[in-house]
Amino acid sequence: MKGEAMLPAVRSAAAPADTAHPGAPRVAHHFATPVQQFESAQLGMWLFLATEVLLFGGLFCAYAVYRAAHPEVFIYAHRFLDARLGALNTVVLVSSSLTMAWAVRCAQTGRQRGLVGLLAATLLFAAAFLAVKYVEYESKWRHGLLWGRYYHPAHGHPAGDASGQAGTGQAGQEPANASAPGDERPMAAGPNQSPATIAAGAGPPSRGGPVTLGGAAGPGATPPAEATRIAASAAGPRGLAWHLRRPDSGRHDEPRNVQIFFAVYFLMTGLHGLHVMAGMAVIAWLLVRSIRGHFGPGYFAPVDLAGLYWHVVDVIWIFLFPLLYLIHG
Amino acid sequence: MTSIAGHPGIAGRIAEAGANYLSERRGILSWVFTLDHKRIGVMYLVSILFSFLLGGVFALLVRTELLTPRRTIMDADTYNQMFTLHGVVMIFLFIIPGIPAALGNFVLPIMLGARDVAFPRLNLFSYYLYVLGAVFAVLAIATGGVDTGWTFYVPYSTTTNTSVTAVVLGAFILGFSSIFTGINFIVTIHKLRPPGMTWFRMPLFLWALYATAIIQVLATPVLGITLLLLVAERLLRVGIFDPALGGDPVLFQHFFWFYSHPAVYIMILPAMGVMSELVSTFSHKPIFGYRFVALSSVAIAMISFLVWGHHMFTSGQSPLASMIFSFLTFMVAIPSAIKVFNWVATMYRGAIDLKTPMLYALWFLFLFGIGGLTGLFLGALAVDVHVHDTYFVVAHFHYTMFGGVAMAFVGGLHYWWPKITGRMYSELWGRLAALLVFVGFNLTFFTQFVLGTHGMPRRYYNYPAHFTSYHQHSTLGAYLTAAGFFLTAGYLIHSLFRGRRAPANPWGGATLEWQCSSPPPAHNFDRPPPVGDPYDMSRIRYDDAIGGYVTAEVAEPAGAGGGPGR
Repeated sequence: MKGEAMLPAVRSAAAPADTAHPGAPRVAHHFATPVQQFESAQLGMWLFLATEVLLFGGLFCAYAVYRAAHPEVFIYAHRFLDARLGALNTVVLVSSSLTMAWAVRCAQTGRQRGLVGLLAATLLFAAAFLAVKYVEYESKWRHGLLWGRYYHPAHGHPAGDASGQAGTGQAGQEPANASAPGDERPMAAGPNQSPATIAAGAGPPSRGGPVTLGGAAGPGATPPAEATRIAASAAGPRGLAWHLRRPDSGRHDEPRNVQIFFAVYFLMTGLHGLHVMAGMAVIAWLLVRSIRGHFGPGYFAPVDLAGLYWHVVDVIWIFLFPLLYLIHG
Repeated sequence: MTSIAGHPGIAGRIAEAGANYLSERRGILSWVFTLDHKRIGVMYLVSILFSFLLGGVFALLVRTELLTPRRTIMDADTYNQMFTLHGVVMIFLFIIPGIPAALGNFVLPIMLGARDVAFPRLNLFSYYLYVLGAVFAVLAIATGGVDTGWTFYVPYSTTTNTSVTAVVLGAFILGFSSIFTGINFIVTIHKLRPPGMTWFRMPLFLWALYATAIIQVLATPVLGITLLLLVAERLLRVGIFDPALGGDPVLFQHFFWFYSHPAVYIMILPAMGVMSELVSTFSHKPIFGYRFVALSSVAIAMISFLVWGHHMFTSGQSPLASMIFSFLTFMVAIPSAIKVFNWVATMYRGAIDLKTPMLYALWFLFLFGIGGLTGLFLGALAVDVHVHDTYFVVAHFHYTMFGGVAMAFVGGLHYWWPKITGRMYSELWGRLAALLVFVGFNLTFFTQFVLGTHGMPRRYYNYPAHFTSYHQHSTLGAYLTAAGFFLTAGYLIHSLFRGRRAPANPWGGATLEWQCSSPPPAHNFDRPPPVGDPYDMSRIRYDDAIGGYVTAEVAEPAGAGGGPGR
């Protein structure tokens, strides 16, 4: 589809490009024509992207399995993620896709300055994405909202007096945390309120309605605290972590195995982040080459293929964002 | 009939030039940085044969330990490491890359009539990834070994102190090597077919490699993420497979087998492709049922993705899922049987020439037949519950993988040896070694079927005394097999120095690789070769003067003759 549209450009450029342009298509000895070479490269890239999708497919599969096994964990824990930062990153990444697609077009039509500028813009957007991601990760790290064995949430423990004091003690940190309000909301909770109850009733209105599952508890029909009580799936592994790790520190409404959500969160966003970094390396390389004037209507395959890769990285994020940030939003 | 000798054909013309891919450039760097698919194939071949030797030594150590109950030559922990390393090396370093990366790399572009694979640099890169992965595996041996079995099942693999991380990273890297080879082959077959080479004029080996490449591309990434998760579990304790942290260990098994079952078809499909070539060439008869053989490869590739649950019948999978997986497992038997029947039908009334490669093809038919049929036993739920995790499974697996894939690999190696090296090996020693391998193999593994049905569990260090005789027979068989392979190594190496110079077409094959000289010139073909029916033997005649076969009227335009495809 896209490839078809571009092929005439390759074809028309093929004949004169040998001498006309510094970025002339160099046809390797085993290809008969530049068109064949370009089509081969493109098919190869699509196949590689299929493997990327399948690589992430394993993680999406794990997400589905654990969400089915622990629905209450996902509903509880996703509130520790800041949907606003997630949305910001979505906008940043979609913008970078736009600049990338535009850069590909510039390469095809030979607009040299546009190509350089747009590649630089894509690189900047990618860096901005990672910067926002860093803010999010750092906040999780600070609050012990980590995976597996490292999950030691620093938010208050409203179950008893001592934990209540812990909650107020942490309130002192709030000015420092104000930069990421969504993340901090659980901390700002009063001693007897869980994050879920805040979202359901007393909390900031920005978040959605009460957390319910199925039709059992309609909005407002039951006390907000009750609305978070979603039974763990009978089929799923219950896990022993709650008892093994900290037998005395549980909040009465924190479901078991919250760490599994953060394991999934960090694995998925982490692998995606690595792909963003790989993409940045490739785009930086393209930027250097485009500044040297290597690309033009006769030869733009690297830009085109990197663009395809970048869009896939983007699309994966578009799936990650709602799955992780917008559960029962 | 003898008048044809005056037509040396394309091969003759190129041979006059004298230069071939081996002699064109010299020096170690011309190999290290080569982009020639043939040289990369040869480098793969050497590495893979070395891995085969390594894995074979581990196997012999395992079998030697099992000569007697309790300790024979090593302690139990060492034994665990030996069978694990045998499995890891044989699976990831030998069988998976064996036929596609070594033989496939060499012959695929030539059979297709192309000058190289689509991405020569990627091809070289995937070779170095293979070497890097192998280095990781060797590193693991040096730093304490691995004792999980090649399946790396959690939770043991996340808690043992052995070098699981190194081996798993090695397997991850090897996975990428495999993916890149697969991508290369798919693109080559799609985009580099010369004029006249339609899909249904492709030799069946290429169909098999194509189906294999599809599985490599679609299944291997899932292994990649599985192994990454395993490493994350070990290094970061993410808890995704740890029930103590809310994870699910059975999920690992699903992930693992989602790759690793299709992976056995990554192993067997190219072997089936080699079979099609061997059976047709040495029966001097066109393959029977070309389209069925070609499409059954694709069918096997498709179904292979839907049967992984049959490894988990006893892992707590729901009975409904087990029944569905059992049914789908039986389905795989259909395209596999189609192939076997077509090979047999090809041989029927053929002029069968029992050269060494053909002997290995017969071994394949016989051994894979047994391996495939016992696969049906294992696919049946009620039987599987009894024999799972016993030597029955071990024997079944080795009948398909060793009796199937390795036999086809060795057969293919002999078949293309003259093309690769330009030398003929000793036919007498070849047949003798093949016979030794066949007897040794059956002695080794048939006894294991018996052991398994008597309840001997796999991977055990110790066993009751009344199993001793079976184990000793099995070990004796392993020694015979090893003797056969060492003999093979001996005469093949000898042939490199003393072998008769190979004619372009020593066997009478009709596929394109037999039209270029042995060894082939650096760029395979100066111009796209005339493409016809890959199994049209009617114009191929034996010529005493050159000790090989020649093709009459080579320059006939493409499109003439009745190809099987139309």
